[in-house]
Amino acid sequence: MKKHLLTLAAILAVSTGAMAQSNDTLAKIKSSGSITQGVRESSGALAYTLGNGVYTGFHYEVCANIIKDLRRQLGLSTLEIKYQPVTSANRIPLVKNGTVDLECGSTTNDASRQKEVAFANTLYVEEVRIAVKANSPIKSIADLNGKTVATTTGTTSVQLIRQNKRGKNLDFKEVTGKDHADSFLLLESGRADAFVMDGQILAGNISKSKAPKDFKILDDVLSVEPIGIMIRKDDPAFKKAVDDSIAAQVKSGEIAKLYDKWFLKPIPPTNTAVGLPLSPATKAAWANLNDKPKEEYPQQ
Amino acid sequence: MGSSWDWEVFLRDPGGADPTYWQWMLSCWGWTVSVSLLALILALVVGTGIGILRTLQDRPMLVRLGTIWVEAFRNVPLLVQIFLWYHVVPAIFPAMKSFSSFVLVVLALGFFTSARIAEQVRSGIQTLPRGQRYAGMAMGFTTPQYYRYVLLPMAFRIIIPPLTSEAMNIFKNSSVAFAVSVTELTWFAIQVGEETSRPIEIYFGVTALYVISAFAINRIMAVIEKRTRIPGLVAASGGGH
Repeated sequence: MKKHLLTLAAILAVSTGAMAQSNDTLAKIKSSGSITQGVRESSGALAYTLGNGVYTGFHYEVCANIIKDLRRQLGLSTLEIKYQPVTSANRIPLVKNGTVDLECGSTTNDASRQKEVAFANTLYVEEVRIAVKANSPIKSIADLNGKTVATTTGTTSVQLIRQNKRGKNLDFKEVTGKDHADSFLLLESGRADAFVMDGQILAGNISKSKAPKDFKILDDVLSVEPIGIMIRKDDPAFKKAVDDSIAAQVKSGEIAKLYDKWFLKPIPPTNTAVGLPLSPATKAAWANLNDKPKEEYPQQ
Repeated sequence: MGSSWDWEVFLRDPGGADPTYWQWMLSCWGWTVSVSLLALILALVVGTGIGILRTLQDRPMLVRLGTIWVEAFRNVPLLVQIFLWYHVVPAIFPAMKSFSSFVLVVLALGFFTSARIAEQVRSGIQTLPRGQRYAGMAMGFTTPQYYRYVLLPMAFRIIIPPLTSEAMNIFKNSSVAFAVSVTELTWFAIQVGEETSRPIEIYFGVTALYVISAFAINRIMAVIEKRTRIPGLVAASGGGH
């Protein structure tokens, strides 16, 4: 019971942002000799866990490089890295209240979040797309009329297909899986005709399925979302340090190498490749580094 | 402390069929109530039948059938049962593929709860002195008759308090329906918490509706308990919780 009360108190404290924080992350890292990285359990190839407190993924490795650069910049001989697993629900409060210094997961950079936190320059642009069976007559979003569409509870894709329904006068039935594996099962077992989700999640699920050739991803892009590394707001020195490291990694070709490693080559734990070639949108983000929110990207 | 609450989140437009989030929440509440009440009716009917089967003297096969039913449904976790009904049963009986997830959830939740209610009905009947059964037989009643006129009216009065708990539980257990895409309150909390980035406000709203639903059942059962009480016979004490 006591534990529950503590949890509740923690949630309340986090939610109210009652803890005042000085906004000098670099000074905090230097004086404490440690940095706290926010990690995700299951965000596709961007960030995930291998179990036993071991985290990995594309954004995880980008952050590892950033932390190396921060240590060099601050002239520290050692820098302890603490890992704090975060969820969709608590990641913003934890960054705001100072628990997490660098959130390296799969957070969409949008205007409403920019009021609460800041984002490093975008290195990965997600495209929400449609997966169907390879022999399906569905060729584009307009063909979804009268069909059943699966997506995952607790994702913005649910919101997106709802808005598409209203905006385009489409009439289709929605079913929602409790996680991505469930949603994919709905498509696989024929309960749904299509699965709408982030491109890398679709590609990952297809590559891990029993018969990857039985599925295809349509060319239509429903939404474009810049996914960013999240940091505290109003800390220009820290943002510059992080962005400098990102720029250096892009320039040295490190980012392209990491993209290859995580999206094209076989990755643990199953050693299958996600198989998602570099999209023009992600390429453009690297060529012209920026932290523009989703709202400034051209939407379909 | 309250400075960062944002209750206006309930007034925003979700962009779908419902104009605001609170209206959408009420429609999700409707799904929760529908699943729960239909499952409760199913559970009461089936649970009573199975409970009676388990107390039939001289019919060991029927008793065994009742035992199998109870053990099968109460030994498997509810969430697993939901998935069995949704993914496995239709694979075995293709005719069930056309069943909506709503129907499958009502079946799963109703049968799961029926096993628990069956045990309560059984214990209610077995609590009665043996003489009651024999008195019924001595009157020349057939088995259905002495159950109908002697045993069940007493047994049901005795088990109203645990039945109240069961009826309240069904509302809370209906939250598993989110796993098979019934858009009930728990689904709403998970989905809209993410969409609005205000999960705490959303959970407050959803919690209030669960409490209201379960407590309404509690009050209805309390009235039934009071109305059906026979002075000086059973459950003479007050309360009803």
